[in-house]
Amino acid sequence: MLGKTASGIFWMFRYLERAENIARLIETGHRFTLTRNRGRQDEWRSILSALGMDATYRANHEEYNAAQVVDYLLRDKANPGNLRNLIDSARQNARTTRTAITRELWEAVNECWICVNDALKRQVREAELPATIDLIERQTAQVRGALENTMLRNDGYNFSRVGNFIERADSMARLLDVKYYVLLPSVSFVGSSLDNIQWETILRSTSAYSAYRWLYPGRASALGIADFLILDRRFPRSLAFCYGKLTDNLRHLAMSYGVQSDSLTEAERIYAGFASMTAASILEDGLHEFLVDFLTQNRRLAAMVEQEYRFNS
Amino acid sequence: MVSRPPCFDEMLNEDGTPRAAYAAYHKWFAEQDSTHLKQKARDAEEFFRRTGITFAVYGDDEAEERLIPFDIIPRIVAARQWTKLSRGIEQRVRAINAFLQDIYHRQEIVRAGRLPIDLLVKNEAFVSQMIGFTPPGGVYTHIVGIDLVRTGPDEFMVLEDNARTPSGVSYMLENRETMMNMFPELFSTIRVRNVSDYPKNLRASLSRVAPPACTGDPVVAVLTPGIHNSAYFEHAFLADQMGAELVEGHDIRIVNGRVAMRTTRGYQPIDVLYRRLDDDYLDPLIFKPDSVLGIPGVFDLYRAGKITIANAPGTGIADDKAIYSYMPDIVEFYTGEKPILKNVDTWRCSEPDSLAYVLDHLSELVVKEVHGSGGYGMLIGPAASKKELAAFTAKLKAKPANYIAQPTLALSTIPIFANSGLAPRHVDLRPFVLVSPDKIDITPGGLTRVALRKGSLVVNSSQGGGTKDSWVIEDD
Repeated sequence: MLGKTASGIFWMFRYLERAENIARLIETGHRFTLTRNRGRQDEWRSILSALGMDATYRANHEEYNAAQVVDYLLRDKANPGNLRNLIDSARQNARTTRTAITRELWEAVNECWICVNDALKRQVREAELPATIDLIERQTAQVRGALENTMLRNDGYNFSRVGNFIERADSMARLLDVKYYVLLPSVSFVGSSLDNIQWETILRSTSAYSAYRWLYPGRASALGIADFLILDRRFPRSLAFCYGKLTDNLRHLAMSYGVQSDSLTEAERIYAGFASMTAASILEDGLHEFLVDFLTQNRRLAAMVEQEYRFNS
Repeated sequence: MVSRPPCFDEMLNEDGTPRAAYAAYHKWFAEQDSTHLKQKARDAEEFFRRTGITFAVYGDDEAEERLIPFDIIPRIVAARQWTKLSRGIEQRVRAINAFLQDIYHRQEIVRAGRLPIDLLVKNEAFVSQMIGFTPPGGVYTHIVGIDLVRTGPDEFMVLEDNARTPSGVSYMLENRETMMNMFPELFSTIRVRNVSDYPKNLRASLSRVAPPACTGDPVVAVLTPGIHNSAYFEHAFLADQMGAELVEGHDIRIVNGRVAMRTTRGYQPIDVLYRRLDDDYLDPLIFKPDSVLGIPGVFDLYRAGKITIANAPGTGIADDKAIYSYMPDIVEFYTGEKPILKNVDTWRCSEPDSLAYVLDHLSELVVKEVHGSGGYGMLIGPAASKKELAAFTAKLKAKPANYIAQPTLALSTIPIFANSGLAPRHVDLRPFVLVSPDKIDITPGGLTRVALRKGSLVVNSSQGGGTKDSWVIEDD
């Protein structure tokens, strides 16, 4: 496989993961505006921060009004990382990696691009927002379905998964970092319950709301949520889960290529680290410091993969 | 309006009854409900959109990707007719390869006084670096597209030879897929010759011309100028179907004296490069020094037997329109036979008598640039305004050798399925030919292009043309 092709597939799934993440955050933010009277501005602002778009947003807009933020995230030309551009890039990458993906996967990405573009031609009115988000989530889910159902479990598949989980770990860590103040102060108040709205927001925006309720009915605590989102290997968006998958996929790659892989060693090291941690120890040592450190390591791992498999040179 | 002689319709006789080749199809068609067919036509468009079969139009920013309109009425050729056409095509393609071998070696045709030397040495498409070099297997044009037009029951003529990098074969394949998808019942009742082996045959054909340096199974790669090229879809499609890598210049480097592509396991040598890039861009050390699309140094390695380039550099001269006018002589010179396929009458404006005639009859003629392609830079006399005619007169006088002229042909028509029902439109046919050292392989049918506008003779997709599925059917 060409290095360029590996890179194309890797990034295609990073873009898709990022697009899904934006859709979920918009859904959460919108729900928040509907159910709460106060703190609306703060919520949109923290969503923009979690996506690393707050500074550019403020350079273009004065206030955080829902319609404007949603448009900024979905399709505003002033925002190069808008959802429409992400889907466009994913599809562009699919075109350039046509020789390494199945027809089904290509058609799913292409259809996703056609539908999303169509839905985002004009600014989305509030009345259409739920249906639009739903459409985006369905379309990207179909892309995942096509990947899982039709792709050979070869290097191309593994690169798609590595891109996917590096992106997912990155966005989870950034979301937690933006929200860490919600979790942090309560550690010293063991047993105190969190502000309902805030923890609900975190759980909803990570699709963890119902899962968490099944596992911990009626018990929402800072410790419980941190444990769930960072360390619980059953939850498919937790950092530990992402690294479990990353080690699997990097191991498959190293084995099929018959190489000693530095990126695999690094991923295994990070993954093993989770086993020796508890939520309490993370919060005690400082959640923010933990997350900043994690984000750096995650980025470094991505760079190692790019270099090891000759994505660019 | 200019009155033209009546055109030959390939589907219907003058009394409205179907011609023999169309009998079964016509019967089926008469039984269809037109609302249902209209829905099918929309389905076809949806099918193309979903599968992403698009092309880019040069200089068109807004609609960067477009669909080539597809018409659901097939072009049908009877096997007997096809056999005759194939013989003519094979003869012509053999002659083109012999011609290329000759002009880059002893130039016997010039010595024999059958072709003016100026047409070679003063021709931009003549690549002097090819002199004295024979490509692996002696094959110059691995892939050829011969554009045919028809003016009567048995009158097929060659309008153009495409010996550089003919495109359109992906449409031939996808048109068939679409038709089989939409009208499976037609294919179970009418015996249509299969076209879907083309990618397999292409790969096999390219593998047979592996360079001396190749050890083991030849590694084939398709070289594309990139995603913004109008035919990018086709490049990706063919690479995918052949199981070859799709590479761009920046994926390639010369490593240990071989042309190699950067893979996830390191640099891997390429044996056969199917390039979809013009000669000019292929090697900046030899041709355009500012080209970033090509591979610096590839030409030297080519001559050293380290890689095969398909089609060979310098084949473009064979589809040059000035050379075209000599094609009947070329066929005769190299095969010793009369050409089976005729040329369209052609005036070379470089010759003073011809130029005078062309200038006098401009409003009746089609004038083409010698090096042009894609329907750009041509004049269709009968459809041109006074202003356009005047502009072309000036161009012709300034650079006569740049132009050839041909009569405006009464191209055959085939109906398209229009909103109002069947409507005759002009068509051409581009069969695709694969050349390997031991054989010539012609896919039955080819790509039928159709001028969708009523009365229009321009079938190019860049000029509003569409396509049809093309069937060769067994004789009963």
